[in-house]
Amino acid sequence: MDANTGLFYAFAALLLFAAFKVITARNPVHAALYLVLAFFQASALWILLKAEFLAIALVLVYVGAVMVLFLFVVMMLDVNLDGARKGFWKHFPLAAAVGALIALEMAAVLMGGFRLSEAPKSALAVGETAVQLSNTKELGKMLYSQYLYPLEVAAAILLVAMIAAIALTLRQRKDSKAINPSEQVRVKSADRVRLVKMNPTLAAPEPVAAAAEEKKA
Amino acid sequence: MITLGHFLSLGAMLFALSVIGIFLNRKNLIVLLMAIELMLLAVNMNFVAFSYYLNDMAGQIFVFFILTVAAAESAIGLAILVLLFRNKASINVDELNTLKG
Repeated sequence: MDANTGLFYAFAALLLFAAFKVITARNPVHAALYLVLAFFQASALWILLKAEFLAIALVLVYVGAVMVLFLFVVMMLDVNLDGARKGFWKHFPLAAAVGALIALEMAAVLMGGFRLSEAPKSALAVGETAVQLSNTKELGKMLYSQYLYPLEVAAAILLVAMIAAIALTLRQRKDSKAINPSEQVRVKSADRVRLVKMNPTLAAPEPVAAAAEEKKA
Repeated sequence: MITLGHFLSLGAMLFALSVIGIFLNRKNLIVLLMAIELMLLAVNMNFVAFSYYLNDMAGQIFVFFILTVAAAESAIGLAILVLLFRNKASINVDELNTLKG
């Protein structure tokens, strides 16, 4: 048992533990933090598989962006925790049965169907081609040549997602005093000022109070 | 020596755990989204393992695109979640029956 095997078992055990805590944590904030732990373990496992670029991307994209988004949302919403826990274990037997079935089936199929155990086929592992390109360099070369069109599509998807997220959550506040400049510029004098015809001079009104005084006297 | 089977079994277990999570957390939409992220992670784990053991970079390219789509998905999912909470003051999945599905 070499060092890699030990590391694999350590990371895998921690990954499964973190995943278990994610789905059973009482507090959604704890669940999000355990998910961060799970992503770190997964990225460590990917480094064991010599996929350095993806491991770093996983940490940057998931831990740095997606999980922060999750934490923001969890803390922004005032979720009723007690109601959410009611009947939590009710479905556990069914869930455990389905989960065990899935795990066993997949393990059986995968273990039986792929007998290419041992080390990577050739002496050259991925990323160690004859010219000794790094994993990142090789991935970049493929992405920007063979997979250029899918890359552009991915960029468009991200743009659409950004616009959709903003459009969904944007709202006009009712008490907002913001003014619309274009409407302000388009206004005509007739909308704001009303000219009233009046006589140049008016007779002064009768002094009512004075007349009443005189009557009393 | 770690074989491909080790990684595939790990992926299967992770996937099964997240399926159990979806069954258990039927009241909390946020944890449901997290379970979906875990599922995608399990799939990505298989892709990377195959890429290493079959000596083929295409698997890693695939993971790259899955990461992109997953990020977009969680951003839109969380936006919908915020909108839902604003309108209903609850993220309980059982109460989402407006469509009468």
